[in-house]
Amino acid sequence: MNHIISIRDLDRPSIDKLLDQAAKLDAGPHPGKALSGKILALLFFEPSTRTRMSFEAAMARLGGCSIGLDSVEASSMSKGETLADTIRVVSGYADAIVLRHPKEGAARLASEFSAVPVINAGDGAGQHPSQTLLDLYTIRQSMPLSGISVGLLGDLRYGRTAHSLAYALSLYGATLHIISPKGLELPGSIVDELRRGGTDVREHADVSRAIPDLDVLYVTRIQRERFPDSSSYFQVASSYRVTPELLARGKERLVVLHPLPRLDEIDPRVDRLPQARYFDQSRNGIPVRMAMLLKVMP
Amino acid sequence: MKRDARDGLLISPIENGTVIDHITGGEALNVLKIIGITGATTESISVATNVKSGKVGKKDIVKIVNRELRKEEVDRIALIAPKASINIIRNYEVFEKKGVEIPRLLTGVVRCPNPGCISNTNEPILSRFEVLPEGLHCLYCDQKITRDIASHLI
Repeated sequence: MNHIISIRDLDRPSIDKLLDQAAKLDAGPHPGKALSGKILALLFFEPSTRTRMSFEAAMARLGGCSIGLDSVEASSMSKGETLADTIRVVSGYADAIVLRHPKEGAARLASEFSAVPVINAGDGAGQHPSQTLLDLYTIRQSMPLSGISVGLLGDLRYGRTAHSLAYALSLYGATLHIISPKGLELPGSIVDELRRGGTDVREHADVSRAIPDLDVLYVTRIQRERFPDSSSYFQVASSYRVTPELLARGKERLVVLHPLPRLDEIDPRVDRLPQARYFDQSRNGIPVRMAMLLKVMP
Repeated sequence: MKRDARDGLLISPIENGTVIDHITGGEALNVLKIIGITGATTESISVATNVKSGKVGKKDIVKIVNRELRKEEVDRIALIAPKASINIIRNYEVFEKKGVEIPRLLTGVVRCPNPGCISNTNEPILSRFEVLPEGLHCLYCDQKITRDIASHLI
């Protein structure tokens, strides 16, 4: 069965194929009937705006329909039902399941109990493959993925999107520049694994040092709750702020991505600059998720 | 294998069962844990720890009366005592002697140290780890265990 659980389950040709399919759908027009009569179950046990709505929109654009669950309170899990049982039941109602769950490995478990394909839409601090694919897709709209220099900025310890993207970029021979506040560094086990696989990983304390080398700056949210008080948060957050002045020192083809929602890490003045690609990135969720739905429901 | 106390024999031969020899010194109790022997089980057990050994310096020995270990039990021992040897004893004779082999997959043997892992919930699954050269890798949450595996045994 065609589950999509982790970006690490996909090799480079499979990723390229998905991105090519997304580009074809993006270029349109397409008949919009490929998934007519199919039902997608959206099981979201954690809040989501972009991921949930874009999967729903992607399904609608392919002619299918969605059924959903918004919260644990609204489900039998509030009565103590296991995720395994919920998945067994729901897989009898739908042709595919999109799952977001607070526990890491939840989507892997779901794939073991489901009679239909499962797409992981984020499991705790674990994997979020559709986000990684749309990140790659957005980069590919500006430049080929091979051999680029990518800066990962922000909370790299807890930010699952940065972990998945780092692994995916390693398949394309990228150089990774990691820039994060003390205590929020990319976990050592991930850095070691990337280096063992031959990826050039360079660590920086300051984004202004790295910026001239970058083709892509991938910014993640620095979460307030990771700091003991708001003054220490503001001190760190201000030192990692992306501004027009900072970007002026970058290459001409530099693009700035952010999985959103953002807080203070990107100056709103950046929104108007050609480097700002984060709203396009969000929109790209539709063709990429359409391609994913077509892959799991051929 | 008849020796007396002057030869360093600390525990007596058994008629039937399993002798686990050449266990890394100090790991005997973890070996018992890994094969499911606790204070609540009924087997007669003899344990010798930190016995001098020409082969491994200091070793532990465990003798289990009237129980022959299965292959999957034997292979789990390799996680903490890779040089251990297993002797199946029948009628005081060594019926079979084998080494331990690290399995590729461990199911329900090790608890994932990640509190956020789905395998640490009430879901109807057993923990699953693949064995890599650098340690153990949780097949649910991708957490790695690279040291002190014994402390994660279920």
